[in-house]
Amino acid sequence: MAATSQVFRVIHGWRFGQVLVPAITCQNCSLSPHLCTYATQPHSFVQRWRHQSRGYRTSPPWHTYYLTPPQVNSILKANEYNFKVPEFDGKNLSSIMGFDSNQLPANAPIEDRRSAATCLQTRGMLYGVFDGHAGCACAQALSERLFYYIAISLLSHETLTELENAVESGRPLQPILQWHKHPNDYFSKEASKLYFSSLRTYWQELLDLSVPGEQPDVAEALVSAFKRLDNDISLEAQVGDPNAFLHYWVLRVAFSGATACVAHIDGNELHVANTGDGRAVLGVQEPDGSFSALTLTNDHNAQNESEVQRVKSEHPLSEAKTVVKQDRLLGLLMPFRAFGDVKFKWSIELQRRVLESGPDQLHENEHAKFIPPNYHTPPYLTAAPEVTRHRLRPQDRFLVLGSDGLWETLHRQEVVRIVGEHLTGVHQQQPVSVGGFKVTLGQMQGLLQERKARISSTFEDQNAATHLIRHAVGNNEFGLVDHERLSKMLSLPEELARMYRDDITIIIVQFNPHVIGGQ
Amino acid sequence: MRSGAWSVRTLSPVLLPRWFCDAGARPARLRGQRSVRFLSTDPPPTALPAHARVVICGGGVVGTSVAYHLARLGWTEIVLLEQGRLGAGTTRFCAGIVSVAKPLSIESKMADYSNALYERLEEETGVKTGFVQTGSLCLAQNQDRFLSLKRLASRLKVLGVSCDVIKPKDVAQLHPLVNIHDLVGALHLPGDSVVSPPDVNHALAVAAAAHGVQIYEHTSVNQVLVKRGHVTAVETDRGSIECEYFVNCAGQWAYELGQSSEVKVSVPLHGCEHFYLLTKPLSEPTRPESPVVIDMDGRIYARAWHGGILSGGFEKNPKPIFTEGRNQLEIQNMQEDWDHFEPMLSALLRRMPGLEACEIQQLVNCPESFTPDMRCLMGETPGIYGYFVLAGMNSSGLSFAGGAGKYLAEWITYGYPSANVWPLDIKRFGNLQSSRTFLRHRVMEVMPLLYELKVPRWDFQTGRQLRTSPLYDRLDTQGARWMEKHGFERAKYFVPAGKDLLALDQSKTFYKPDWFDIVGAEVKCCKEAVCVIDMSSFTKFELTSAGDQALRLLQRLCANDLDVPVGHIVHTGMLNERGGYENDCSVVRLSKNSFFIISPTDQQVHCWSWIKKHMPNDPQLHLEDVSWKYTALNLIGPRAMDVLSELSYVSMTPEHFPSLFCKEMSVGYANGIRVMSMTHTGEPGFMLYIPIEYALHVYNEVMSVGQKYGIRNAGYYALRSLRIEKFFAFWGQDLDSFTTPLECGREFRVKFDKDTDFLGRDALLRQRVEGVTRRFVMLVLEDHDTELDLWPWWGEPIYRSGELVGVTTSSAYSYTLERHVCLGFLSHTNSDGSPAVITPDFINRGDYEVDIAGQKFPAKAKLYPFSSLFAQQKRRKDDMELSNFQSK
Repeated sequence: MAATSQVFRVIHGWRFGQVLVPAITCQNCSLSPHLCTYATQPHSFVQRWRHQSRGYRTSPPWHTYYLTPPQVNSILKANEYNFKVPEFDGKNLSSIMGFDSNQLPANAPIEDRRSAATCLQTRGMLYGVFDGHAGCACAQALSERLFYYIAISLLSHETLTELENAVESGRPLQPILQWHKHPNDYFSKEASKLYFSSLRTYWQELLDLSVPGEQPDVAEALVSAFKRLDNDISLEAQVGDPNAFLHYWVLRVAFSGATACVAHIDGNELHVANTGDGRAVLGVQEPDGSFSALTLTNDHNAQNESEVQRVKSEHPLSEAKTVVKQDRLLGLLMPFRAFGDVKFKWSIELQRRVLESGPDQLHENEHAKFIPPNYHTPPYLTAAPEVTRHRLRPQDRFLVLGSDGLWETLHRQEVVRIVGEHLTGVHQQQPVSVGGFKVTLGQMQGLLQERKARISSTFEDQNAATHLIRHAVGNNEFGLVDHERLSKMLSLPEELARMYRDDITIIIVQFNPHVIGGQ
Repeated sequence: MRSGAWSVRTLSPVLLPRWFCDAGARPARLRGQRSVRFLSTDPPPTALPAHARVVICGGGVVGTSVAYHLARLGWTEIVLLEQGRLGAGTTRFCAGIVSVAKPLSIESKMADYSNALYERLEEETGVKTGFVQTGSLCLAQNQDRFLSLKRLASRLKVLGVSCDVIKPKDVAQLHPLVNIHDLVGALHLPGDSVVSPPDVNHALAVAAAAHGVQIYEHTSVNQVLVKRGHVTAVETDRGSIECEYFVNCAGQWAYELGQSSEVKVSVPLHGCEHFYLLTKPLSEPTRPESPVVIDMDGRIYARAWHGGILSGGFEKNPKPIFTEGRNQLEIQNMQEDWDHFEPMLSALLRRMPGLEACEIQQLVNCPESFTPDMRCLMGETPGIYGYFVLAGMNSSGLSFAGGAGKYLAEWITYGYPSANVWPLDIKRFGNLQSSRTFLRHRVMEVMPLLYELKVPRWDFQTGRQLRTSPLYDRLDTQGARWMEKHGFERAKYFVPAGKDLLALDQSKTFYKPDWFDIVGAEVKCCKEAVCVIDMSSFTKFELTSAGDQALRLLQRLCANDLDVPVGHIVHTGMLNERGGYENDCSVVRLSKNSFFIISPTDQQVHCWSWIKKHMPNDPQLHLEDVSWKYTALNLIGPRAMDVLSELSYVSMTPEHFPSLFCKEMSVGYANGIRVMSMTHTGEPGFMLYIPIEYALHVYNEVMSVGQKYGIRNAGYYALRSLRIEKFFAFWGQDLDSFTTPLECGREFRVKFDKDTDFLGRDALLRQRVEGVTRRFVMLVLEDHDTELDLWPWWGEPIYRSGELVGVTTSSAYSYTLERHVCLGFLSHTNSDGSPAVITPDFINRGDYEVDIAGQKFPAKAKLYPFSSLFAQQKRRKDDMELSNFQSK
């Protein structure tokens, strides 16, 4: 993962056709930082031009096959989804106007998952982005189950009682969640019974613990739901299932891993629970109309110093050098918190026992049999989230939840600018000024035509998430969508795609400033 | 007054464009200019004079040109006021191209004069003007554009301007930078030139000052004082000046200045941002004498500029500006907008690919003012005597300034300029064009239109549906296609149900238009059955008096005798002292002392002010504009009398209702309809003047009763075809203030035998003795294939035995003759160059040709209509209206 993400950075700075071979050979060497940080720099004309003269026109054609713009669009739009909160009486009384989401696969099959749902028994909406690794099983399970765990944790004692009574007496259940799913977002039928019984066990425990008349705290509920689900995943794998297929499935879920970034929005209360390196960023509109980014999560990876300290503190000093190695947990795992991944949680004995009792398919799985080096004091990994609470203000216009595939390619400030401009329809392009610089007519024409294309590409996408992906994949050195580049990136063969980009999953929630301002 | 030397001293240096400062191209000259000491750069020390004859507001190239020409005509006590510094407005920024390639002949004439003026100005004043006769190239990227250039070429030849239609490869020779691969051809105008606008401005100011004009900078006009309809004084921020004449040359601010006078003056113009690009010198610098390139299809122009290029254009999506009005300061700080300029930059690089490596110097934003019909505003304002306007140059200010200044000076001096400037006369507009919203919308269409291909019969698309007849919706649902005249919607023709509408909207061609058969059917119906045309747009006045004042006034104003029995209609011209037509109208004697005057639509302001000007100040004499009170329906055709008699139970036969007669009667349920036996086409039929509340009723009745007579709607195209084949001249198109009744065969409408004096009588008597030197004729094209050949429009040169003798003024296809008919004037010179008398013999003995875009078509000239050809059994002998105005 590290290698590929670095390769990605290489490509991001350079035209990939040019650096394909060197990129693979020098994946560990560090790169001059300015190439990937360009997005943060103010774009003066001269800077743009200097970049252009170096990187833009010199590359020889690598391969001549191009996707046409409609082909590009059909790829980008294949997974786009849009939901608008219904209006009553011509007025939207919710603090949320709606959301746009989309995902672009790099792995085959895609390992990212997304979920969005409205809580029916309590107020509020839930959004989640799940980035799987070592397969998609864990992320898939999270996308189906986590919101139920959260919704249950938020229920009052009375509602839980009602729920339990209904199940007990065989009455139909009140629906807990209303899902907002793209047709490609599937739920597995086979495991639903198993999932349900685990969930029921959870709410029975909650019934015992909760006190009538008391409303659960959202932050506590989120933490408890996250922990409980990871625990259930682990338990289900240890217990197994008489059904061979299900047995294999629960083991796959447990041995694969996934990060989760979940937002719960109720009125102007926003909670974000994050486990891993997904990220939630708030788009704040400044008084001058521009947008700035407010990050609501901390990445749980080696770049986060406090997270490194936390991991080290949980293990004896003798392991200090091995527990975080090469910016990875035990030199292997990039996110420092994750669901599943029992190889980093169970004792070696437990792992061996479960594997031996498991179905035959598991024996052929090299990944599952492999024990991480320097594995002395498990667990090394936790699914406990960090929860951030934010009270929404009228200037908070939207929330972007994204898997690390997005954040690696675009700086958060750039993300917020692109989305903000798309949603407001205002394109705050700085007017071009020649000033005292030497600019030729040809250069100026090139620049103006790019600016024009930028505006037209904005109007091409109805969906803000699609628009963001277009930028994430197709941006050239000047922050402009370059069709040639976009076309190349999207026409990469399956086996190469992962080397140049990660799965990208984006949910953009748009707030209703009138309601938020009124509260 | 003060000496010339004093006046020169009061001049400040023309504010030099900032780009001159860093371009070291002409340092010597700059120093030379600056060495003159000027006093008024800072708060001016000298007080304004208390009195002057003429006060000119606006120190741009237009204002200084007016001052210069007035001074040359011998005027003294001329004061020119400028709110900032001389030439600090649009003049300072304009591109400096003087081109005669203008859509109207009068405009080309003005540009041609300006060109000659700027050339000699340097010699006259010693001030360098940067004049270089570069010539210009108008490029054509397609055949239609090439056709319009060829039409321009044949028109310019009439004016004596040299020009050549050339091939693309000749273009490459004249201007090596031009990419010729997509060109069809070009027009080369070797006489065109470039100048430095601020320097021309300065030179004009110096020359004017030398003639005694006093120039004051940093002086703003607050308002113009008016007493009893005359300008009396100008109030400035530095005191007021009494004066007889005021000239508003305020350019962008002319509208606001007009609004700020005591009696508001409508100066309909609106600003738009206009951009052009300056480059640094090319690696191989452009030669100063390389021709100006005008690529209208690419919407750009380009000239050489200090070794580099100056290039601008007229984009499709202009940015209107100053809608709410702004002050002078903002014109200095206009923002560049590169994104807006992108299409023009691309067009430039396509035209001159070699410029790609050329460095940018600056993008200049130079607001220009535009008018609702793309022509400038000139002349005396309708309401106030002595208040003149010259503004709204539609980005050709420099080209027009010289000629327009001369004409306006003549206008002030002699009462009218030496050429027909009606197309530019500010009286073609009225208050109705004064709305800021209207202007803003219209100029957004006008500015791109400057470079758009203009095919015959194009119409404006914006600012429409302002004035409509009450029948508008009825007619529209019946397929009417509309044109606009003076804000009024008029039907061109009616698309029959089932015709492809889309195809019809694309009737933009120099060849046979696709409405040909539709109009043909309407004409046929007029000839054989009956048609109804809504002609409500006409200007209608009522003149009444207690005594015989109304009659006396009209007898003085009109050439024809109006002392006729009540109920009679008289076609008459209103002539000026030269005997030329100021107006051509029909006057109905409603009663002993009241008259109903019907004039062309666009005469609404002009005719009103003409009558008012000659009206004695008598409270018992009353003139009222009743245009809006009546809907006019024209029933044309042999069955019109049957329809009307059925609706009124009155016999409408010629025995009971002779021609040119008016009766108030009932039609259907509606009473008090003025029925007039005339149709403005020479066909039998009636005009109904209906009070507007009855309009729909009468129309419905006419249509339902007319059903069995085959009635249908018709439009103005049918009317035009009918009137032109009958040789009816139309004021504004064929007739103008320089045409006398004798020249257009209307002597029978002049009351020479009566003893009453009327305006223009002396001139006409003189002309009757001396003979006419120009004559209105009708030319029938021979050997012209309607399907395949170019159609005539107007403005085509007429050749007699190979010699240029005149220009057509209007044309139409005659469905009766199955030929094209052109109307136009012939003139001829003696061997000594003096104008020769035109005799019928001269006209009849000659081989005529009409030049349509360079192609000559043989034609037969006629002095009288083909009445014999139209002889119809049913026709009444006396319903022949021998001639009339039309298309009013």
